[in-house]
Amino acid sequence: MTVETAPAPVPVFRLRGARVRLGGREVLHGIDLDVAPGEVVALMGPNGSGKSTLVRALLGLVPLAGGEREVFGARRPRDFGRLGYVPQRLSVGGGVPATVREVVSSGRIARRPRWRPSGAADRRAVAAALDALDLTPLAGRNASGLSGGQQQRVLIARALAGEPDVIVMDEPLAGVDAASQEALAGTLARLVADGVTVLLVLHELGPLAPLITRSVVLEHGAIVHEGTPPEPSGDCAAPGHDHVHPHAAPTTASLWDGGYPVQKD
Amino acid sequence: MLSYDFMQRALLAALLIGIAAPAVGTFIVQRRLSLLGDGIGHVALTGVALGLVTSTSPLLGAIVVAVLGAVVIELLRASGRTGGDVALALLFYGGLAGGVLVTNLAPGGSTSNLLSYLFGSISSVSERDLWVIGGLVAAVLAVLAVFGRELFLLCLDEEMARASGVRVRFLSILLAVVAALTIVVAMRVVGLLLVSALMVVPVAAAQQLTRGFKATAALAMAFGVLASLGGLTASYQWSVGEVNISPGPAIVVTALGLFLVSALLGPLTRRRAAHAIPGPLESGRKKAVKEAP
Repeated sequence: MTVETAPAPVPVFRLRGARVRLGGREVLHGIDLDVAPGEVVALMGPNGSGKSTLVRALLGLVPLAGGEREVFGARRPRDFGRLGYVPQRLSVGGGVPATVREVVSSGRIARRPRWRPSGAADRRAVAAALDALDLTPLAGRNASGLSGGQQQRVLIARALAGEPDVIVMDEPLAGVDAASQEALAGTLARLVADGVTVLLVLHELGPLAPLITRSVVLEHGAIVHEGTPPEPSGDCAAPGHDHVHPHAAPTTASLWDGGYPVQKD
Repeated sequence: MLSYDFMQRALLAALLIGIAAPAVGTFIVQRRLSLLGDGIGHVALTGVALGLVTSTSPLLGAIVVAVLGAVVIELLRASGRTGGDVALALLFYGGLAGGVLVTNLAPGGSTSNLLSYLFGSISSVSERDLWVIGGLVAAVLAVLAVFGRELFLLCLDEEMARASGVRVRFLSILLAVVAALTIVVAMRVVGLLLVSALMVVPVAAAQQLTRGFKATAALAMAFGVLASLGGLTASYQWSVGEVNISPGPAIVVTALGLFLVSALLGPLTRRRAAHAIPGPLESGRKKAVKEAP
């Protein structure tokens, strides 16, 4: 029996048997993972399970000790402008002050040839990114002087300034208050509606739960569970809806309860 | 004062260094490598000594060895091993001790030859030196102008730079080489032991008053020029009879004075800036405004 299928779109990320060694210790043991365009994938798992390393492997920030990686179908990442990365940081900034606008503008680096001065398109993209995260009134402020939640927004705006097709966020909810989490969910919902592919490292789904199309659970450097969370419908799909899902969250929680001493915050 | 040729050359050299050192320094401080300049300065001393011993050019020797040293330092730093810190220290001490020992090897060589390089001798800058200094400063500023945007991201967040496709290793080495060239140039003005001060102190002074990177770089360059010209002029004016004020330390002390004034003025400007901007935006504010009847 043959089944007619449309040719599958080129995956954004594809890992086959990916192994990563850090400091002589194997941290990821043969990961197979595809992320298709338009997906919103939550990467979950306990501390030390290798979530951040997996993200860094996908982005080519750590070398693979074995296996294969493809980004947009290419072995070596080329289309850096299509990727937006929000690293996990406690603070923005180095030893010299930098304004919020300067930090956000640096996210356009892959979109701007070295010799071209910043043009109208660059300024528009930076203004839009600042606006999307309510940072416009803070644009002239020193970024490292802002609160933790505000700095997290600066990092997200920096990724958005590059107008990426794919956005990768490492723990965007860590250290962010409830109101900012809701605001982030709204921003992500707009991005997803625009067709942006999203990969998130998360400890808990929180207000982002209705957006997630697939969750991947990592444990001890291996994928132990992949699942499609229930499709949100009706009220649940509305942005800003206070999402209490009696069955969505426990999917991962119960999984951890099984093989793990129960993790409760 | 301007009627003396040597003083004209000295002032021009001081002006060039006053611009270039803080410009490079802004990136170095941004990357939290404030002491990099000291390390390269120590290593450069061996180059000076090799130039003296072989009766070639100490300036050329310093350039070659400082650039090589800077590349080694950057590679050690990037390897990120726990021993990297100690390896750097070994390199610095090796550079300083090697410089002194190599000088001793020269026939009739004494460490007093090194003094002018350790503490600067701006009044002996020749016309040829001035051309070399001018060329190096132009090269340094050109590199910063061309790669400034990428260097900014690199120094702000190296991992982010790598994720954005910035050639991190190439630019890191480029920055180290540029720092090495600046140090060799500044060696004539303030001396190898104080060279790093001219890269770091004007930046530290400027950032007391600024909130942005470009503003910090611009103000640091202004402070650098002010300190180098001011210090040089002061040492000329106040060197009377037996009292001989060295220009190098005078320049560094002037820069430190600028830092002190900025540190005192800083809180005032910050308070004014805080008034100018309506309080920090609460993330919930928009919602509250919407919900208000």
